[in-house]
Amino acid sequence: MSTTPVERATTFARSWGSLVGIGVLALLLIVVAPAVLDEFRLNNLGKYCCWAIVAVGIGLSWGRGGMLVLGQGVFFAIGAYAMAMHLTLETAGPDGIPVFMILYDPLAPLPGFWVPFRSPIFTLAAVVLVPILVASVLGFAIFKRRVKGAYFAILSQALAVALAYFIGGTIKLTGGDTGLSDFKSFFGYDLADPVNRRMIYTITAVVLVLCMLVVWQLYRSRFGELLVATRDAEERVRFLGYDPANIKLVAFVVSAVMASIGGALFVPIVGIISPKEIGAAASILLIAGVALGGRASLFGPALGAILLGYGRSTLSERFENGWIYILALMFIVVTLLLPDGLASIPRRLSGVVTSRRRTA
Amino acid sequence: MTRTRSRVAAASVIALAAAIGLSACGGSKAGDDTTSTSSESCVDTSGDTVKLGLINSLTGAMAISETTVSSVLHMAADEINADGGIMGKQIELVQEDGATDWPTFAEKTEKLITKDCVAAIFGGWTSSSRKAMKPVAEKYNSLLFYPVQYEGLEASKNIYYTGATTNQQILPAMEFLKSKGVKTLFLAGSDYVFPRTANAIIKLYAEELGIEIVGEEYVPLDKDDWTTQVSKIVDAKPDFIFNTINGSSNVGFIKAYTDAGLTAETTPIISVSIAEEEAPNMGADVTGQYAAWNYFQSVQSPANEKFIADWVAYDGPSDVTSDPMEAAYDSMYLYKAMVEKAGSFDVDKINAVSDGVSFDAPEGTVVIDGENHHISKPGLIGQINADNQFDIVWESDGPIEPDPFLEGYSWFPEATRDALVAAAG
Repeated sequence: MSTTPVERATTFARSWGSLVGIGVLALLLIVVAPAVLDEFRLNNLGKYCCWAIVAVGIGLSWGRGGMLVLGQGVFFAIGAYAMAMHLTLETAGPDGIPVFMILYDPLAPLPGFWVPFRSPIFTLAAVVLVPILVASVLGFAIFKRRVKGAYFAILSQALAVALAYFIGGTIKLTGGDTGLSDFKSFFGYDLADPVNRRMIYTITAVVLVLCMLVVWQLYRSRFGELLVATRDAEERVRFLGYDPANIKLVAFVVSAVMASIGGALFVPIVGIISPKEIGAAASILLIAGVALGGRASLFGPALGAILLGYGRSTLSERFENGWIYILALMFIVVTLLLPDGLASIPRRLSGVVTSRRRTA
Repeated sequence: MTRTRSRVAAASVIALAAAIGLSACGGSKAGDDTTSTSSESCVDTSGDTVKLGLINSLTGAMAISETTVSSVLHMAADEINADGGIMGKQIELVQEDGATDWPTFAEKTEKLITKDCVAAIFGGWTSSSRKAMKPVAEKYNSLLFYPVQYEGLEASKNIYYTGATTNQQILPAMEFLKSKGVKTLFLAGSDYVFPRTANAIIKLYAEELGIEIVGEEYVPLDKDDWTTQVSKIVDAKPDFIFNTINGSSNVGFIKAYTDAGLTAETTPIISVSIAEEEAPNMGADVTGQYAAWNYFQSVQSPANEKFIADWVAYDGPSDVTSDPMEAAYDSMYLYKAMVEKAGSFDVDKINAVSDGVSFDAPEGTVVIDGENHHISKPGLIGQINADNQFDIVWESDGPIEPDPFLEGYSWFPEATRDALVAAAG
């Protein structure tokens, strides 16, 4: 690959420009936001950041990898339920069982799969390792069999729906449709204390920035180029001697881990997790944010998710009856006018400038 | 060269971020005495108005039920305002949409408390929505009025429950069945916390009453196909069906029930979630079926006559009244009565005087239990007539005192109760 010095300089500038962008975002989220926002708005921003963490992963899989992951709710659920189970047990005390289980038998032993979640270390490990395992097995089966396009999208969506149904139908084991809630503390820190809630926000913002750094590094690496190549011409990549299945698998696993971490942080911030947060509608809403922001860009997915969350909150505060229609209309307008999302605005503007220059 | 520098840059960003993250860790550990409490209440009642918050799902699957509750709360506030307000202060309502989404209920609760500085919040329907709002109301020491019958086994100093707990709806229904000479009972419910809890209690009480449970089936809330489950009912031939199905799933159940040739004469149903609004929309004739509630539109009382007339005159979504609507209506009047007794909008002062506060409600006089924050209610059984109204065929011996943890019922296992009370704090 021979590149001219000019090209090399542009790539260099663009890449480092992105890093500066991440730095600015980090500054805004970690330093500015806690300084200017009150507890309520900051907590909301934390919730949007959780969605943004999931969105960054979707950007990698869908935007760069071409895999329409319509079922990230599955991985969101893994992280969220792992965390919620731990917090439930933490609230129940060292020998306690979750409140919802008491009714059926107050003296029953804790179901086997709950027991390890008493350990904070196990819980944190599960948040990262379980999605790796699940996504690897799923991804291997799917990509090796060359399932792609709409079939992949339907499959991933079906998994999310199935999982939501499964959790809803096992009320005695998982809390079912009502979900898990009423957590008192987070790894020993009192959840009612505003200082601790700020800490959880900060952790979430830092994790978001870290995820963006990971994706930034992946995008500028050889892997990133291969991923885009696989998206655009899978057969050609295969002829060049690479296995597209492995390339897609890596992107899929990374995005699964991000979804899981987003889910895990969502629980202490929001205080409740139920199958409604992981099913079809929730999974599609995650995708909507990514599409809004611009799926293939570095910043688009995260900013789109934050913007969508912000839009939901503020619009519904102003127009409590019609907000959902306004939001849907805005979404339609953006996708019609800007198919590459809001992140393509600067490029479009510069495109206008250059074309003007040319005509001039 | 580029690679190395980028790694250094990335590492320094991570280090910086981690440092900021760690420096933010300074809060109290759980159990510390020094827990800094949440920001002081910003409720301001120095002017001539008081802000109250409403959270109802105006969008999503629950909108059909919760919009009515929202309307009736607006009506109650209008009435109270026309009558001089609460302690002379006009009520200013702030409406929020719960959107049938539990995290949204938590978010809006926090918004109403911290941004709008409301003195109290009214709303919620599903148990999930209540469970999402509860920690927020507790964290800010605010007040929530929850207007729907529910599974009980809960008490919070920051919630007033104006719908029935199990001993005011489920247990009276069982006593009614006993009085009808029912020997066998089939339990059909939606698969979530209310039916599961209700049925666990029904099974315990049935054993006490000598009623045999001949089957128990659950279907997810959003699933309408009851064919398989109803065929089990046909096989079990129960004297009665105890129906704890909620929402539109009832339509599927009634359809499968009718298709299987079951009727109110052969295998009657007693429901706890079908009221005046739902009965006409079952898609099949439900005349002769029963329901257990604490209020029916057919209740004869001057307060109910006024309530119905006001509601018909009010620009609401319908002209029928139902139990959750009435419980919501009562909740705002009870709040007014409590504030005026306390002489203050302060939550602790209200809680201190809430015991014994009463309201001449459409269902009859209701009285707050200051200990468990529930209210006394009459237990009523209605039979659906041709007009889709309920003829009251059984009523409890006066209002039933609320007993959310079933402490007055020796058949309820003590270990379970103790564990639940301990968990509730």
